[in-house]
Amino acid sequence: MNLILTMILISSLISITLAFVAFWLPQMNPDMEKLSPYECGFDPLGSARLPFSMRFFLIAILFLLFDLEIALLLPLPWSIHLNPLYVLMWAFMIIMLLTIGLIYEWVQGGLEWAE
Amino acid sequence: MTIFTLIINPLMYIIPILLAMAFLTLVERKILGYMQLRKGPNIVGPYGLLQPIADGVKLFIKEPVKPSTSSPTLFLLTPILALTLALMLWVPLPMPFALTDLNLTILFILAVSSLSVYSILGSGWASNSKYALIGALRAVAQTISYEVTLGLIVLSLILFTGAFTLNMFNSAQETIWLILPAWPMAAMWFISTLAETNRAPFDLTEGESELVSGFNVEYAGGPFALFFLAEYTNILLMNALSAILFLGPSFNTVNINLNWAIKTTILAIMFLWVRASYPRFRYDQLMHLVWKNFLPLTLAMIAWHISLPISMAGSPPQL
Repeated sequence: MNLILTMILISSLISITLAFVAFWLPQMNPDMEKLSPYECGFDPLGSARLPFSMRFFLIAILFLLFDLEIALLLPLPWSIHLNPLYVLMWAFMIIMLLTIGLIYEWVQGGLEWAE
Repeated sequence: MTIFTLIINPLMYIIPILLAMAFLTLVERKILGYMQLRKGPNIVGPYGLLQPIADGVKLFIKEPVKPSTSSPTLFLLTPILALTLALMLWVPLPMPFALTDLNLTILFILAVSSLSVYSILGSGWASNSKYALIGALRAVAQTISYEVTLGLIVLSLILFTGAFTLNMFNSAQETIWLILPAWPMAAMWFISTLAETNRAPFDLTEGESELVSGFNVEYAGGPFALFFLAEYTNILLMNALSAILFLGPSFNTVNINLNWAIKTTILAIMFLWVRASYPRFRYDQLMHLVWKNFLPLTLAMIAWHISLPISMAGSPPQL
């Protein structure tokens, strides 16, 4: 048992307790209208899970690429002590690659939102 | 003895965090009130000081709603996850008598804070309501977009200081606060933390006029309170982190905690000031800001910060 593990346990225990209290303390009085999904007064039309947005998907893909890049750059503070010029070259290669990728995405209109 | 270190210590750490977060909500309402020439809460207790407690009690005795179309398990699990992660984030902070002393503090914080995306996405999807789903999509896209710049900024700072430990930032900032040498990045960091915590003017997720309340429309009572707690705890954490990264609460003096707390408070009040002052962004403006302005800038800055220590032969000491 180390402190991080106990901290995970304790904080999740606190949240679970709070959630439990929230369902145990109040008076529950559910009815049909209260339990229907919120949609401006009328009955919900169609499923809420079908809509799929290409824009948001694209953003997620872009995020993945850039986060991977950050993951590749993370050892930098140690590695610049090893062979600075070599490290500099490789880091610049990665950054250039990503910059070119960003420019390509920008030119192709992947970053435009309003049409 | 182990019971003290393993149970009492974390509890003594969590309780003040939750208290601070409760009073942050009061400070927010007070400050917003006075900025709009009204008083804010002042009925419950002296100067409204008991308002957060009253709010908490109200939220926990209100009826929680479990929508009939939702996925019950995920619907309940995500608020719990949100609060757990928000409390977990505080573990590695370099208090004078720190709870833990991790070598890769910043990586831990980045990893755990990116996990909180799952709670937003899960709650929005599990609610099975259109507003909740759209709100969740927006919140997730916004959070992950700004995470990229946050990561890059923090990496440039690490190249300044030389290690992923937050303690290193204290020794690195002995002579000058990093806010000056890293100025444009400090500003970008502050704006990104605003966006990362879904605060105004980037609170697109709860653009009331269009989305009611965003990913948590279907939540009421206790589960909503959990999201609320998590949100404000995250705001405080982000400000505490910005104070360490940029404002150098020098840990050599006696009043270390006071120093750090004051800086965190000032930053938190700036969050509230921003909320009182700026209108909400449009969604395309928000995305343009991060992808077309911040990202190219931070990419250039990180190239600069890699080459500067190498070319000047002044790379920071290795821990």
